[in-house]
Amino acid sequence: MAIKLGSQTYKFDSDIRVISTGSVVGPVEGIGPLRNLYDDIVRDEDISSDSFEKVETNMLLLSYRHAMEKAALSENDIDIFIGGDLLNQIVVTAFAAREIARPYWGIYGACATFGEALQVAACAIESGIAQKAMASSSSHFSTAERQYRTPLEQGVQPSVTAQRTVTGSGCAILSKGGVGPKITAFTIGKVVDFGVKDLADMGSAMAPAAADTILTMFESTRTNFDDYDLVLTGDLATVGHAIASKLLESEGYQHSGNFSDCGILVYEHGKQHIADTGGSGAGSASSVFGAYVFPKLLNRELNKVMLVPTGALMSPVTTYQKESIPSIAHAVVFEND
Amino acid sequence: MNINKMPEREERLRSVFSEIKEESTPKVDSFSRSLRAFIVGGSICVAAQVFRGYVENYFDETEAGIYTTIMLIFVTAVLTSIGVFDKIGRFAGAGSYVPITGFANSIVSSAIEFRSEGMIFGVGALMFKVAGPVIVSGIVSSWLVGIIYFFMNFKR
Repeated sequence: MAIKLGSQTYKFDSDIRVISTGSVVGPVEGIGPLRNLYDDIVRDEDISSDSFEKVETNMLLLSYRHAMEKAALSENDIDIFIGGDLLNQIVVTAFAAREIARPYWGIYGACATFGEALQVAACAIESGIAQKAMASSSSHFSTAERQYRTPLEQGVQPSVTAQRTVTGSGCAILSKGGVGPKITAFTIGKVVDFGVKDLADMGSAMAPAAADTILTMFESTRTNFDDYDLVLTGDLATVGHAIASKLLESEGYQHSGNFSDCGILVYEHGKQHIADTGGSGAGSASSVFGAYVFPKLLNRELNKVMLVPTGALMSPVTTYQKESIPSIAHAVVFEND
Repeated sequence: MNINKMPEREERLRSVFSEIKEESTPKVDSFSRSLRAFIVGGSICVAAQVFRGYVENYFDETEAGIYTTIMLIFVTAVLTSIGVFDKIGRFAGAGSYVPITGFANSIVSSAIEFRSEGMIFGVGALMFKVAGPVIVSGIVSSWLVGIIYFFMNFKR
């Protein structure tokens, strides 16, 4: 059984490991700093010419296939697929699940979906429901723009704090036993809202949630930055990450260069002519975890990593109704033994 | 509607948040943005004026104005559909959409965007998603002006 530490952090005593990951991204991410690490870099027109939604679904399926291939598993070996994306009614993941035809839980946590999926998958294994579970999340620049912002070809000047939605799908196979880093603890995030309303400034909106979750993890497991090789937030980008880092500092937790963000890692800062702050989107945390963090854990370059996907839980409707942006962050700790 | 009292830590974070946010947010370089808007917007107007001068050789003044407008809309539509106009807009901001070009761009880009939902529920229904409010406010304000005009003449 899981052991509860503090108010919202849990420690597992059973052997839950990440045994494989898959990460597939689009061409803009494919020329970024992690270009050599992804399983696949696909152009939209290569995998579907019908719609961007179909492209994203196929991209997610491709990441599933890579993860299963690397672990020498087939769909039937996975007891449950858990995942989500940014689109209304989480259609991308549901349509991918239609192709897989295996037990499926669709979840929504905005850009924090990957954290939530990992936690639910870990719970499924801990409780004995599953031996192997797949956790995934996905986002695509063009489908997200359509849903949250303006038509692609509209000539609008981006705000200085705007982030670019990562075109990427990532997944991780969790297993009871096996070879790979162990999931030792997680903190279930609570919704935090410090009143930021600007849809083009989601990093600032999510930073307090990230700080809150990281502080909770630190306090309840009695750790600090020194105990981790890397603490990685999901998609705060430069502005949000700076805020989170200063908030943590104000509480007495100073990092030593081991605090980073998937949204910052995914693009070449200042060189790629896109939103200069970095990436956002549900696919940010999952594709970077699959391409960058997991291999480093496997070859023991990193031994203890906290992944904190961050999510902004608004919709276009609530934004038009002048509501502020409620945010959440879920933390998962991976450790080599 | 706080059911629980706010935990102390969150209160502390809240008290420092706005200051930290302020100092972490990059400043907007309004000068260079304005300059870019001025140069691009001005160039569009100069090009339109040159075109108009040329057309006036063949048509009267009113007609030449109409043809110039049509030319601006046509060029914008073409540039939008080949994926150039969004880059101009990204660079120039208001400079590229204050002339009638912005209006044309918003309609064409919406039509392209929603093509995948079909001709009726996609293009037909959503083509004016961005431009719609502009048209509505145009109609409402012309209606208001009409009423004022009516009463001004009524008095006479």
